[in-house]
Amino acid sequence: MDTKVKYPTPQGNTETRHFWEQAANGKLLIKRCTACGEAHYFPRSLCPFCFSDKTVWEESSGEGEIYTFSLMRKSASGPYAIGYVTLKEGPSLLTNFVDCDTSRLKIGQKVKVVFKSTDGAPLPFFTAV
Amino acid sequence: MSIKGKAYLAGIYEHPTRHAPDKSTAQLHAEVAKGALEDAGLTKADVDGYFCAGDAPGGVMAMVDYLGLKVRHFDSTDTGGCSYLVHLGHAAEAIAAGKCSIALITLAGKPRTGAMPPRGTGAELDFEAAYGATTHNIYGMCAMRHMHEFGTTSEQLAWIKVAASHHAQYNPHAMLRDVVTVEDVINSPMISDPLHRMDCCVVTDGGGALIVTTEAIARSLKKPLVRMIGHGEALKGPRGGKDLNLTYSAGVWSGPRAFEEAGVTPKDIKYASIYDSFTITVLMQLEDLGFCKKGEGGKFVADGNLISGVGKLPFNTDGGGLCSNHPVNRGGMTKIIEAVRQLRGEAHPKVQVPNCDLAIAHGTGGLLGVRHAASTCILERA
Repeated sequence: MDTKVKYPTPQGNTETRHFWEQAANGKLLIKRCTACGEAHYFPRSLCPFCFSDKTVWEESSGEGEIYTFSLMRKSASGPYAIGYVTLKEGPSLLTNFVDCDTSRLKIGQKVKVVFKSTDGAPLPFFTAV
Repeated sequence: MSIKGKAYLAGIYEHPTRHAPDKSTAQLHAEVAKGALEDAGLTKADVDGYFCAGDAPGGVMAMVDYLGLKVRHFDSTDTGGCSYLVHLGHAAEAIAAGKCSIALITLAGKPRTGAMPPRGTGAELDFEAAYGATTHNIYGMCAMRHMHEFGTTSEQLAWIKVAASHHAQYNPHAMLRDVVTVEDVINSPMISDPLHRMDCCVVTDGGGALIVTTEAIARSLKKPLVRMIGHGEALKGPRGGKDLNLTYSAGVWSGPRAFEEAGVTPKDIKYASIYDSFTITVLMQLEDLGFCKKGEGGKFVADGNLISGVGKLPFNTDGGGLCSNHPVNRGGMTKIIEAVRQLRGEAHPKVQVPNCDLAIAHGTGGLLGVRHAASTCILERA
């Protein structure tokens, strides 16, 4: 996907509003549970591991590496690269790789977050470093 | 309580159509229901349990009314393409518990004719919808990771399609009946790396239905006896991004549960129906079910090992989703139907497994690389 693609606007809700507000400031947030110490993504109010409600927002470094990817070639808007990134902080997330040569992606490659605008809050994507 | 030996598959029907622009989806459900009842030698009035999934227009209430059923038990669990394998397990439970005695399970739809209704969405919507996840690229990601960790090759994946095509040539209803080679597969256009067009299943209109009943009723009917002896089901997802591992599926949990209940092992299986939305789906499921070690699926499927009469594990002898039929983009139903044909001795003579008395029907539903379900059914000739 290139920058001309129109991305869907995140709708947000009371549970995730802070994430999207901070995305507008260029910050990628994850959640961490202060009871069991585990981080998770996408954000939940209750920890998906220990079910504690002691979850707090944490700013991710936005750095990670490619766990896997696939270059989708059958697309009306042109080829795009979907993949999973494992963040330095631990959690993995689904994303697209943008603003780089998607024909040269490799598993294990270092990537960093970039935000792309929508009609509402911006969305996190990743690019090669 | 175990379902072992408590539920019998008395009726099966696969709609012969692969393109149905002139029929409604509800009508297709009715046609497959009628077909399965006729196969069993029963009538609609006999049905007291009904099972359907997200492909049924209006859900279970609308379908029961449309079909004119009067049931005392129902279940509309939706786990994508493996819903019907889940329903078969749940129907067996209901029969074992006396909640119903003749269960009908239907699947039908028309993705080849027109657009599919949107998938249901969960709390992940805002965080994933923008990234263009499709079945092709999600399964592509699984294949990419499998190749990275285990050295699996495109040629090995291609053998799965080659085997399916060998079987499809004998199925007059199959959408694709030409036998293909490994070279044909790897030279077909790349769709989403590393999956080629021939690594992908067909898109077809159509459907299928099953009748599940008690031993006493099954014995009063004329068809060869086929019964459920084991079932397992499981769910898997990224779970907060901590557990991401695309090299295995929920089949690692559903499979052992089913084998344990049945009291058999993968080595005992004579025929395997394995969900084949993509070649990689089959390879991962064979590993997860224990037909070979994790990572050795590529070697296992190569050189025709899945071809009936040639290899050690005949699979999808109707041509499967890769060549014959994948109604409503949901392959679980046809997996059960071909397993029952094999156990009855009703498969095409060119692909019938000799003395086939033990079979597995297994599938995943949803998206293998994101959130999915798995269901494993072990069936035997009684």
